[in-house]
Amino acid sequence: MFPPIANPSVTDVTPRFSDKDLVRRSASTVSAPAERLAEVAKLIDVSKCIGCKACQTACIEWNDTHPAVGVNAGVYENPPDLTPDMFTLMRFSEWENPETNNLEWLIRKDGCMHCEDPGCLKACPAPGAIVQYSNGIVDFVHENCIGCGYCIKGCPFNIPRISRVDHTAYKCTLCSDRVAVGQGPACAKACPTQAIVFGTKEEMKQHAEGRITDLKARGYANAGLYDPPGVGGTHVMYVLHHADQPELYSGLPKEPRISPLVEAWKGITKYAGLTVLGVAAGVGLLHHLVMGPNRVSDTDEENAERLVRNDGHDSA
Amino acid sequence: MTAHDVEPGKVHPGKPVTVDRYTVGARINHWITAASLILLALSGLALFHPSLFFLSGLFGGGQFTRFIHPWIGVLLFFSFFGLFIRFWKANLWKREDRAWLTRFRDVLANHEENAPEVGKYNAGQKFVFWAMSVLIVILISSGLVVWDQYFSAYTTIGQQRVALLIHAIAAVAIIGVWIIHFYSAFWVRGTIPAMTRGSVTGGWAWRHHRKWLRELVTKPGGRSGSKPAE
Repeated sequence: MFPPIANPSVTDVTPRFSDKDLVRRSASTVSAPAERLAEVAKLIDVSKCIGCKACQTACIEWNDTHPAVGVNAGVYENPPDLTPDMFTLMRFSEWENPETNNLEWLIRKDGCMHCEDPGCLKACPAPGAIVQYSNGIVDFVHENCIGCGYCIKGCPFNIPRISRVDHTAYKCTLCSDRVAVGQGPACAKACPTQAIVFGTKEEMKQHAEGRITDLKARGYANAGLYDPPGVGGTHVMYVLHHADQPELYSGLPKEPRISPLVEAWKGITKYAGLTVLGVAAGVGLLHHLVMGPNRVSDTDEENAERLVRNDGHDSA
Repeated sequence: MTAHDVEPGKVHPGKPVTVDRYTVGARINHWITAASLILLALSGLALFHPSLFFLSGLFGGGQFTRFIHPWIGVLLFFSFFGLFIRFWKANLWKREDRAWLTRFRDVLANHEENAPEVGKYNAGQKFVFWAMSVLIVILISSGLVVWDQYFSAYTTIGQQRVALLIHAIAAVAIIGVWIIHFYSAFWVRGTIPAMTRGSVTGGWAWRHHRKWLRELVTKPGGRSGSKPAE
């Protein structure tokens, strides 16, 4: 068992991180803080999850979202997908293991992975609408968000959702407000089986080691940790019994990375585009300086007058 | 009415001769399109590069820029469609356009007299017309795909990524074409009155679009008033 985080004290606590600890800020450059905070991570042990949705409930409660009462869509998921009011979602898949002929119920808590290299932040055009703290938390700052939806295209995990009410993007904050005062995320607090635990990324990796050894001893030869290197690692990690086939878990991508299209759009296109336009304007200016205006001469006017006078014949 | 002269035009004898080039309708249509294109470029550039995000201030902030940009795009599309209907015939490729292009260096060096006579539009103007037409179709279609508020549900995220890249590249291209269009109108003096007052001088028509001028002069009813007494 991983020691749970102690309950908060009743006295005021100074926040442990703030704007001074930003390592990335959308559409802006920040100078890196002198000291990097210990990286935090949430570890979701899929093999211990019982699908109770206490995490979803705790998330709604802590973040004070008010999702409308849904309807039964005929699936276990409720609501059927992430929404601007539902930052985390239990996704259920039934899988028949061809090796054992066992029906396995693979339940994954979906939500923001807090990538070390966040695609949402890379795509975002609004300065300061998406920030990354040095402890690894990627957060949306709603007063700076313009609601364009570029973060949705940037995200390799299909997580952000745009609210139709205030036209800004929402996703899991990793409970940055709770973490700032030494607490863990609300979902981790509520999880009855400790399938969700929270701590430093190092601690979580160590804890995962023990879990993976245990799962392997129970016959899950491919058990492993999901911390995809394609996005520089994530600050939400999974322990999977079938780490060789993450797609089994409701389409968790095997090798997620920021789409090359997004990289091209936010990289070469941006710089080459402005260069091309600058050069075009410069060439025009230079041409005018060197060649001067193309003026109509008096002879041209006389020629035209003669043409009109002579019914379309050049000479008189 | 010949293909070179799809707009009813008249030559007014005098000193200097003046030649009608654009009707009031065409001019209003043009300036609505022009204003839309400039506003689209400003709001689009604000979302394109972080160092240009300040341009969103012209539109009342990021949220309003995001909201208004696609609507201006819709206006531009329909406004340009009007221009397309008016001008497409006169922009069809003609034999003399190829010959004109081979003399393009002379034209740039202000030796237009070495280039062959052309009709209402030269090859450069036709390039601008068709480039604008094609790019506007690309921009409106890719733009609808990434118009999150109304159309995000109809395409996949993968398709939206493709659309965003295409939209950005096409936008850069159309601003480039606009630079050519704007500079040419400024460099070739006497051009701008065609789109403001609707007419150019006879000398301008003689120098730049002699074939068009000849057609107007010889066309029955192409001249206003009676022949000046001599």
